[in-house]
Amino acid sequence: MTLARRTLATLALLALLALPLVAGKFYVDLIAKVMIMAVFAMSLDLLVGVTGLVSLGHAAFFGLASYVLVLVAPDPYTAVSLWTSLPLAVGACALAALAIGALALRTRGVYFIMVTLAFSQMGYFVFHDTKIAGGSDGAYIYVKPSASVGGWSPFDLNSGAHFYYAMLALLVLVFVFLRMLLASRFGHALRGIRSNEQRMRALGFNTYCYKLAAFTIAGAIAGLAGYFAAVQFGFVNPEMLAWHQSANVLLMVILGGMGNLGGAIVGAFAFVLLQDLFSSLTKHWPLLMGGFVILAVMLLPGGLTRATETWRFWRFGRRHG
Amino acid sequence: MAEPLLSAHGLTRHFGGVLAVDHVSIDLRPGEIHAVIGTNGAGKSTLINLLAGELAPTSGEVSLSGHALTGAPPHRLASLGVGRTFQRSNVFPDFTAFENCRLAAQARNARPWAVHEKALRCPTSGEAARRALAAVGLSRRSDVLAGLLSHGERRELEIAMCLATEPKVLLLDEPLAGMGAEESQRVLALLRELKPERAILLVEHDMDAVFAIADVITVMADGAVLAAGLPEAVRADPSVREAYLGDAL
Repeated sequence: MTLARRTLATLALLALLALPLVAGKFYVDLIAKVMIMAVFAMSLDLLVGVTGLVSLGHAAFFGLASYVLVLVAPDPYTAVSLWTSLPLAVGACALAALAIGALALRTRGVYFIMVTLAFSQMGYFVFHDTKIAGGSDGAYIYVKPSASVGGWSPFDLNSGAHFYYAMLALLVLVFVFLRMLLASRFGHALRGIRSNEQRMRALGFNTYCYKLAAFTIAGAIAGLAGYFAAVQFGFVNPEMLAWHQSANVLLMVILGGMGNLGGAIVGAFAFVLLQDLFSSLTKHWPLLMGGFVILAVMLLPGGLTRATETWRFWRFGRRHG
Repeated sequence: MAEPLLSAHGLTRHFGGVLAVDHVSIDLRPGEIHAVIGTNGAGKSTLINLLAGELAPTSGEVSLSGHALTGAPPHRLASLGVGRTFQRSNVFPDFTAFENCRLAAQARNARPWAVHEKALRCPTSGEAARRALAAVGLSRRSDVLAGLLSHGERRELEIAMCLATEPKVLLLDEPLAGMGAEESQRVLALLRELKPERAILLVEHDMDAVFAIADVITVMADGAVLAAGLPEAVRADPSVREAYLGDAL
């Protein structure tokens, strides 16, 4: 990371820390939602940007975790414990990712895209066409999970500011964990797979196992995001698993710049905030959003986080031929 | 004579109706450089791909130190000590030369679960990478992206990556192709140095190099073994002269 980038990241973190002190409830909730989507986008970046596995079914894990939160509660009016329901939700997503990954990773390239899409649509229809948790209508979560341990509660998810800071902590923790992962031998091997998988195998790496491990970790982190998305919305429905959701998170990763985690965070902010802005301007906002994405991909092919490099290339690179 | 490390028996591979490799048997012994020569399309690269596990044979057997490994995937053979290079340079273009070799060395002692340890501070793989780069004479270029290296340097990097995995068996597919005279001499000297403890299979078109360095030569034509034996015997073989060598000798 260059000095400029480091400064920018520090300033952004300070701004996020200070936000609830200055902004109203609407913006605190909005930015908490953005941070959840940023965690979701980082988990997909581990697959798409780092390992080179383009998944179009990542929302399956996001949605599954939110359904686990509904299903573990005995009824919609009882608060479940955060410390049991969260590990259950994340564990279920890791298991689902392990099973889906074991099959999907037998394919490559465009077939991998289609198989992940097919699995997530299967998940969608499981919740859409059965009576599980309200079927196609979805289900409400009237009370948020309780964070109390033996009577003492470190924070309260019902409070907007507490929830906001919990999501900020989650974002930082996931970022630090994934950075550590990328710097490790495991992370270097994943980048090697993206660069040249055949060579990795010839060197002695069992690339299938590496990809399956990455897929499982990404699924678990997507579950982390999905769980808190359900806590915040107070509502789950099958759309959370649908392919629109998978496509949106893929767009966030591409928009921000792939393979460096920071891009996924920037992409999530840009995507959600622009969606909010455009939808306040016109009911035809998807048209504006689509136009913006097309422009961004054409003008900034490396994503928003590589804007300066891209600009330098256009300005100087071409002159030298 | 030493026991063979890698040996293949009756190896056959069809591609549709084409018989690319036809009942080839070959033994690679430690301390020997075994050259495989033949015209383009004789099946040399397919043979390497079969021995390295990149392709599964239609029939026939491969074994390493007496253990059957027919149809084993390439990563398994590589982890058991069968290293290879590719005919067309097959490196990680967006990594530095050092990281190419470090990643190769990492395969030896991968420890993927130790996620708290930084790869770039891994002492074993870093040291092995530096040694491999020095062996092929690329130390000065270790921080250059592999995609920016010259063709000859990329050929050297290809060999360095294979060395970094510390293989017992080396399968080298035209390592000298595209190298200058000086680079070729350095690689040949390196192969002589590596020879005592390792089994080396060398596919090569440069006949001077082959006859200068090979201990055993197998000649292939149309997928089958035309002749095999000591260089002098192969050189004198009339069918080899007729089919392949012509006036070159």
